[in-house]
Amino acid sequence: MNRFHQDFPILKQEVNGSPLVYLDSSATSQKPAQVIDAIDAYYKQINSNVHRGVHTLGTMATDAYEGAREKVRALIHARTTKEIIFNRGTTTGINLVARSYAAAKLTADDEILLTPAEHHSNLIPWQQAAKSSGAQLKYFELEPDGSLDLAKAKKMITSRTKVIAINHVSNVMGTIHPLKELAKLVHAHGGVIAVDGAQSVPHLKVDVQDLDVDFYTFSGHKMFGPTGIGVLYGKEALLDQMEPVEFGGEMIDHVDLYESTWKELPWKFEGGTPIIAGAIGLGAAIDYINSIGIEVIEKHDLEISQYAYDQLASHIEGISLYGPKQGRMGMVTFNLGDVHPHDVATVLDAEGIAVRAGHHCCQPLMRWLNVSATARASFHIYNDESDIDRLIKGLQKTKEYFGHVFR
Amino acid sequence: MSLDDLYRRVIMDHYQKPRNKGKMENDAVSVELNNPTCGDKIYLQMRVEDGKIVDAKFTGEGCSISMASASMMTEAVKGLTEDESLKLVDLFSRMMLGEEVDVDQFPLEDIEALTGVAKFPARIKCATLAWKALEKGLGDNHSKEA
Ligand SMILES: Cc1ncc(COP(=O)(O)O)c(C=O)c1O
Repeated sequence: MNRFHQDFPILKQEVNGSPLVYLDSSATSQKPAQVIDAIDAYYKQINSNVHRGVHTLGTMATDAYEGAREKVRALIHARTTKEIIFNRGTTTGINLVARSYAAAKLTADDEILLTPAEHHSNLIPWQQAAKSSGAQLKYFELEPDGSLDLAKAKKMITSRTKVIAINHVSNVMGTIHPLKELAKLVHAHGGVIAVDGAQSVPHLKVDVQDLDVDFYTFSGHKMFGPTGIGVLYGKEALLDQMEPVEFGGEMIDHVDLYESTWKELPWKFEGGTPIIAGAIGLGAAIDYINSIGIEVIEKHDLEISQYAYDQLASHIEGISLYGPKQGRMGMVTFNLGDVHPHDVATVLDAEGIAVRAGHHCCQPLMRWLNVSATARASFHIYNDESDIDRLIKGLQKTKEYFGHVFR
Repeated sequence: MSLDDLYRRVIMDHYQKPRNKGKMENDAVSVELNNPTCGDKIYLQMRVEDGKIVDAKFTGEGCSISMASASMMTEAVKGLTEDESLKLVDLFSRMMLGEEVDVDQFPLEDIEALTGVAKFPARIKCATLAWKALEKGLGDNHSKEA
């Protein structure tokens, strides 16, 4: 067990009679005591609504909420907190961009470019935007290992390309996409790039200004924070032009019986009482990340993924592994011969090992891989080689078990 | 929780050698059902004559539990009336909820082997997929006739 493991109370338990090995961080990460305590302290000490009233607790809650926004800004190197919008998560962020930005900008002559490896959350909102605007969806071709060939991608990007919607890190293959180059290409043609950062912000350094991306969304719960909080980053100039999609309290400036005006950024996109405890929890998660150092996390998560990949490839005969051989972030995805991934996951669960099995919200990618489902083991800072060794043992047992019942 | 409660020999037998797997021409009723959370799929076809299921076949993709359950279900309902089949759907779902049911009511003894699934909540949906397809297929058939 590494030194971070002890920060996560949930990991100190047995599941089905064995010490828990949690290998499902891509679905949601575990939460360190520091985050749980921050949320607890918020409710015990300063719980109040924000941006209303003058009482002391209200001010403290507002400061804590807005303080969390500043932490997010610093983490992803945004220019100003006006560009940081709190919401429910990646899905909500992408929906806002697809509805608000796309509705105003897209016409029937335009194209939206995606990869076949998008999470449903970064696919369906664009399908809907295409339907309502008449714009066309087009897909980059992926290389056999799931990566993107920039030379080929370049040919797809034309003056018709209004939006590239792409994940930074694939939640199935761990592929890391070359955002900076894509941003340059699409900007040269007058389009924008909207990035699904759900699997990247938890693991690697993101500098939205350096990448020069236009929109970037992510979820708190995959980066040690609580569920129910997420972030949309957008360039101020773009957000300024966009209309809110949710209307109500908190987001208004002046309200008349027949007309109203909106608050300035970022609040015009935060209708209703915001996710105060969630934002504060996310702020604590960012403090936790900074206490370790994102570079340290990045190195660890790449190394453990590589270790897992190599161990699986060399110790488990008949295993199929999907995605790049190297440079994968945070996960390995595999199938064990004829044994269905659900059955693999059930046997591993009986050993206290939690992995995900299914289509991982990527049905088109499953078709591209020519499988109906896969198993995925995903990692974070609290995992170490001993967890992978348990996984290997568990998979050997799975093979033995099904070898036995099949006979 | 023992794996052997889940993966009983009969289940694995149906998984490896599914009965009634394939497609049918001239089917009266066909229904496709997915389990959207995990991606399991079943395509069930039935021939219904005078209120009786005279033939049933399926194809699909899924884990051992879902495919074995489909194999058993198609075996069980052949020759039953629609009403009798729907009673089995109910019996089966109560069995999956962990209720003590009279397993002798199943026309196929093998189905009893699926009782263990009730102890694995994450897998109940796998077992019920084929039965849901059956229920939906018969329901659609009725609204068509009506
Ligand atoms: C790549 C990717 N995009 C989007 C999402 C959706 O995130 P959320 O469910 O937090 O909105 C996920 C999470 O599963 C993901 O992995």
